[in-house]
Amino acid sequence: MALHSAVKGKLLAVIGDEDTCVGFLLGGIGEINKHRQSNFLVVDKNTSVSDIEDAFRRFIKRDDVDIILINQNVAEMVRHCIDSHTQPIPAVLEIPSKDHPYDASKDSILRRAKGMFNPEDIAA
Amino acid sequence: MSGKDRLAIFPSRGAQSLMKARLTGAQRGHSLLKKKADALQMRFRMILSKIIETKTLMGEVMKEAAFSLAEAKFTTGDFNQVVLQNVTKAQIKIRTKKDNVAGVTLPVFESYQDGTDTYELAGLARGGQQLAKLKKNYQTAIKLLVELASLQTSFVTLDDVIKITNRRVNAIEHVIIPRIERTLAYIISELDELEREEFYRLKKIQDKKKVIKAAAEVFRKSRKFDEEQAMNMFDEGDDDILF
Repeated sequence: MALHSAVKGKLLAVIGDEDTCVGFLLGGIGEINKHRQSNFLVVDKNTSVSDIEDAFRRFIKRDDVDIILINQNVAEMVRHCIDSHTQPIPAVLEIPSKDHPYDASKDSILRRAKGMFNPEDIAA
Repeated sequence: MSGKDRLAIFPSRGAQSLMKARLTGAQRGHSLLKKKADALQMRFRMILSKIIETKTLMGEVMKEAAFSLAEAKFTTGDFNQVVLQNVTKAQIKIRTKKDNVAGVTLPVFESYQDGTDTYELAGLARGGQQLAKLKKNYQTAIKLLVELASLQTSFVTLDDVIKITNRRVNAIEHVIIPRIERTLAYIISELDELEREEFYRLKKIQDKKKVIKAAAEVFRKSRKFDEEQAMNMFDEGDDDILF
């Protein structure tokens, strides 16, 4: 599987609310592998934080996932997990969700860049 | 760093030339590393401004995509579960390429289409146009996000490399070069000391030689005098001697 996926293209993974997931799946990123594992996780109000953490860790471990998209409000819930992931691959991208506008000051990556640019510049 | 911190080396001419060579080496290494750090820093700033630009653009694109999703839902009715259950194979995949900046490889992601659209028939009954627009919007969003991801990966990688390079530059500038300079100063002072010692010894020997020479002279003179005296004893101008 690992060797196979190295030759084949890598996947994007999504963790987010239902609408975000549906949108990206329609965009054509969804895949279910042989072990019936999907590359997305729908977070609703019944999803526990530990479920999200598990899914996030699973996506990081999977070698066929290169980019992880995560809703910013979901990312806030598992912020410690995201901050502890320091490897460049897979890249973790925080995206805005439908009912939570994007807040640049919360982004893990942009917070690291804060020393060079102040948050107002980023927001502008 | 203590002031007396220097390399353990025996002070000699050979060690001095060795240290001099090491000092020039360290200085050249320092300037090269500094150049590398500057090149990386430049690229880093460029990427950072691009990230900020793309992140703001992402906000717009995501808003539009979410809006078209709402539109499609309005015409087609709720299709969330249908979409979530009918996942098979990914249509959009990512290729990784390598980019090289001052000896640092940065991964660059690139999305490409692979296989057919799983949801080709979705919205066949109604709302097909909205769904097509929705797909298109999300595909643009994905392209943008992939671009952003490669920028962000470069950002993280460069950040690490810049930190390491700066650490090296500072180590050479503030630890290694001063240490070599201190060692050089020590060797020079030690060599001077030796030279002074040698000079003093030389002087001392010369003095000794002078004293010995003077004593010899005095001795020689006194002997000459004695001889003369001895001669005089025989030859004192006695006229009453016969012959």
